[in-house]
Amino acid sequence: MTEPVKTTPLNKQHRNLGALMAPFGGWDMPIQYEGIIAEHRWCREQAALFDICHMGEFHFKGDIVSSGLEDLFTFSIKAIPEGRSKYGFLLNEKGCIVDDLIVFRLADDEVMIVVNAATAPNDFKVIKSRLTTGQLSDITANTAKLDLQGPLSREVLVELLGEWVSGIPYFRFVEHDLLGSPAIVSRTGYTGELGYEIFLPADKVVELWDILLKDDRVKPAGLGARDVLRLEMGYSLYGNDIDETTTPLEADLGAFVKLDKQFVGNEALLSEKNKLSGRIKVPFRVTSRRTPRHGFGIYDGDKKIGEVTSGVFSPMLGCGIGLGYVETAYSALDTVLSIRQDRTTMDAVVCSLPFYDKGSLRS
Amino acid sequence: MSEIYFTKEHEWVKVKGNSAVCGISAHAAHELGDITFVELPEIGKKFKQEEVMAAIESVKAASDIYAPISGKVVKVNMELEDAPERVNESPEDAAWMVELEIDDSGELTRLMTQEMYDNYLQTL
Repeated sequence: MTEPVKTTPLNKQHRNLGALMAPFGGWDMPIQYEGIIAEHRWCREQAALFDICHMGEFHFKGDIVSSGLEDLFTFSIKAIPEGRSKYGFLLNEKGCIVDDLIVFRLADDEVMIVVNAATAPNDFKVIKSRLTTGQLSDITANTAKLDLQGPLSREVLVELLGEWVSGIPYFRFVEHDLLGSPAIVSRTGYTGELGYEIFLPADKVVELWDILLKDDRVKPAGLGARDVLRLEMGYSLYGNDIDETTTPLEADLGAFVKLDKQFVGNEALLSEKNKLSGRIKVPFRVTSRRTPRHGFGIYDGDKKIGEVTSGVFSPMLGCGIGLGYVETAYSALDTVLSIRQDRTTMDAVVCSLPFYDKGSLRS
Repeated sequence: MSEIYFTKEHEWVKVKGNSAVCGISAHAAHELGDITFVELPEIGKKFKQEEVMAAIESVKAASDIYAPISGKVVKVNMELEDAPERVNESPEDAAWMVELEIDDSGELTRLMTQEMYDNYLQTL
């Protein structure tokens, strides 16, 4: 059964700006306005505004430990101080990734969970089924999310909202009134630049979008530019690079998994860690301007050793870059890979992350 | 004065005597979005009309470029290898791709004139 494509409160704004629209995760989303490379550059140099209203938000109120919430994710919620957030995973019993998400610790007995758009309905069911007490609500429909990302994002928000924005460190947030309604301004993002994610009531988002775009330093950017920006940092995209067939260890995301803590999937991961896993996700740079794309084969001579899960042309590096799973024997730094699909063929070299390391992320 | 013709695959060809300079149309460049890579053929290589002659990649997609007319490659626009974005800037002029020596100018009758191509675009 196909559900109708959902629209964000900003759909009319995107169409008025002449955006190219396409379905993404069940939502009608802007892919580009002016052009992917121009929008990408604007984010790296100025401040880019993204409509991220499609992502899911859940609110939980209750005892973190006795409700079972503490045992749900690959990291400890109890250990997150109020006003901070943490990235990690919701896994199934096999240790495979149901979703990647960020948990915001709002209060001792209150959190917000931010999940991917396409996976949100299933995430809600899975989380709900594993909780014994507490109140879990899906607040996606009433919650808007705007990302302002880029080296100038701080000064733009300080001028608009106040000096309090300037003091927010990476992976911390502040709850503050915005346009007369409660909002959350979080120092997080998906671009590798200094930036903020703003959560606010859905009925206020058009007003904030219009105010931000009146600033000459701010331009809208679509999901096309966002994909290039995130891949230049080597961030995984759920559904492309990680899914219910991959574990965080195979995805080389073990840093976000606290194996000595109880969580669903923990036992499967411990046994995987103790045996030789067959494949691992690696980042690679193409030795030309060619673009590797999702599904291209990775070869050693005639032998297929893996598959590309994400690839773009990196404007910052001037070459193709990508992520893909390979047999572990081919995962060492500087290993040469041959990437092929039909008549297209390119060489690539296993490298380290991030691909682009000059972003303003921590400035 | 050269004559310009178009294919249904959105290549253009400017014909002057025995020479055919080829590229992709402004419509094609716009549809592809930012162009990031152009693969050009070797000088001296021969192509039949509608055979794959070159390749182009954009931030959105990869696509083949077909020979609009049979002939032998006499020149390629090397500038595009380092500056493929020229195809977005000047698709039907500075960003020409390949110059062919025409085998059979009779094949031109299978192509569209500017007016026919403009009408064709209206039907897409």
